[in-house]
Amino acid sequence: MAKLVAQMRLIAGALALAFMVSLSAPVSAQQPSSVNPTADAVKEQQLLDQLKMIQGRVSIPDEKSGMLVHPAGREWRQFHTVILKWIGGISIIGMLVVLVLFYLWRGPMRVKSGYSGINILRFDGLERFVHWLTAVTFVILGITGLNITFGRITLLPSIGPEAFSAWSEWAKYAHNFLSFGFTLGVLLMFVMWIGRNLPTAADVEWLKQGGGMFDKSNSTHAPAYKFNAGQKILFWIIIGSSAAMIISGFMLLFPFYSGLTVGNMELAEIFHAVVGVLFVALILGHIYLGTIGMEGAFGAMADGNVDLNWAQEHHSLWAKEEIQAQRIKGGVMRPAE
Amino acid sequence: MARMKFLCDADRCIECNACVTACKNEHEVPWGMNRRRVVTLNDGKPGERSISMACMHCTDAPCAAVCPVNCFYTTADAVVLHSKDLCIGCGYCFYACPFGAPQYPKVGNFGSRGKMDKCTFCAGGPEADFSQEEFAKYGANRLAEGKLPLCAEMCSTKALLAGDSDVIAQIYKERVSRRGYGSGAWGWQTAYRESIAT
Repeated sequence: MAKLVAQMRLIAGALALAFMVSLSAPVSAQQPSSVNPTADAVKEQQLLDQLKMIQGRVSIPDEKSGMLVHPAGREWRQFHTVILKWIGGISIIGMLVVLVLFYLWRGPMRVKSGYSGINILRFDGLERFVHWLTAVTFVILGITGLNITFGRITLLPSIGPEAFSAWSEWAKYAHNFLSFGFTLGVLLMFVMWIGRNLPTAADVEWLKQGGGMFDKSNSTHAPAYKFNAGQKILFWIIIGSSAAMIISGFMLLFPFYSGLTVGNMELAEIFHAVVGVLFVALILGHIYLGTIGMEGAFGAMADGNVDLNWAQEHHSLWAKEEIQAQRIKGGVMRPAE
Repeated sequence: MARMKFLCDADRCIECNACVTACKNEHEVPWGMNRRRVVTLNDGKPGERSISMACMHCTDAPCAAVCPVNCFYTTADAVVLHSKDLCIGCGYCFYACPFGAPQYPKVGNFGSRGKMDKCTFCAGGPEADFSQEEFAKYGANRLAEGKLPLCAEMCSTKALLAGDSDVIAQIYKERVSRRGYGSGAWGWQTAYRESIAT
């Protein structure tokens, strides 16, 4: 038995030897004229396929320059030059078209029972200051932000490169520094108005009736506290969008700060731009309702006063609170004429 | 006219950084900025590669496409240049550039960045050739003198080639056929949407 095993091992060894010889013979016959000493070196396409970027080491102090190839910049370019222009154009122009059509169909929402001549203080000095701090900085941030995306195709051809660059540079500084004012405004607004913007049972009814906005006969007036459900939704969208804008904006304001990479900043820019154009479109709707869309509303943010009849129609529950608390201007209730 | 390109033969680059130093000195590039750098991949491991990289002067350059003030232009030699008078330092070219070429004199100053600076292929800027203003903003204009970029001229192993696309591609192909293997035209596919068949 042991003899048989030894014989088999011998045969297997001989076969293996013959196999190896047969393999090595053609290899030595086809020896290349030169040897590639770097055959196992990294290959560009392989790295790009695997890692989507090529990162190495540099001996200069600027460590971030170790990024050799970062093709994601091409996708960011596609977003910035094509996709963003469509999103921004459709949302902003679309909103303007909707508002014009709505105005033509609905007209300004009148105070149905006319003005009473009695004022209620709707927003005190602090509330108005915070609102206008946020509003003014928002408008400037919005215009200077849109300039970065749309200025080149709209303003640049008409005013020329030198004037456009001068304006854009100041616009950039305004955008960078007014962001701090906007951040403060949003923070104060959040603290000041959050209590009034928590959902209540009245909001469900208000939403069911669409706030009376779509009733051309102007006879639907859903009861509401200081802020109706629409305003509460607006408040929360503003807080959410502002947080998104502030966080992504500060990432762009402090390039490469605490380990930010170019990829992070590209994403932040995409986020900042998309939320930004939608935010501008939303605020156009807010401006419409606060000015020409609704009679008697603008005074609330101008001198702070609204007419008692306006308050009773649009914010009946709030008006009741104010009357009960004797906070009506002048303190005298006169019947409506 | 020529179609100017850079080509770094990674098989020859020894990471001596002479190109980096030559560039900085020739153009008096301010402290803290480098128009060219040498990146080493797999440093200290088998298969290590070093590649000298600067602006590749892309075909259909992404920086020019995204610039909000349209300050870039392409010369007759296909060199991508920009005007520092028009640049507002927004940093968008840096986000779009696949090679990290744009540099800014200020990094953290609330993102104000200052005027962007990058490799000019030693071709100066929009100002008059050899003028003081041109040198102060963009550095030397060797192309107007009939010379090629100094980084490639200085290269001790002739790894870095600069010049007309057809000429440098031919030199590289001859090298490859003589030594029997290529090293990849790093960045070409991304910058020019083509590579060199070897």
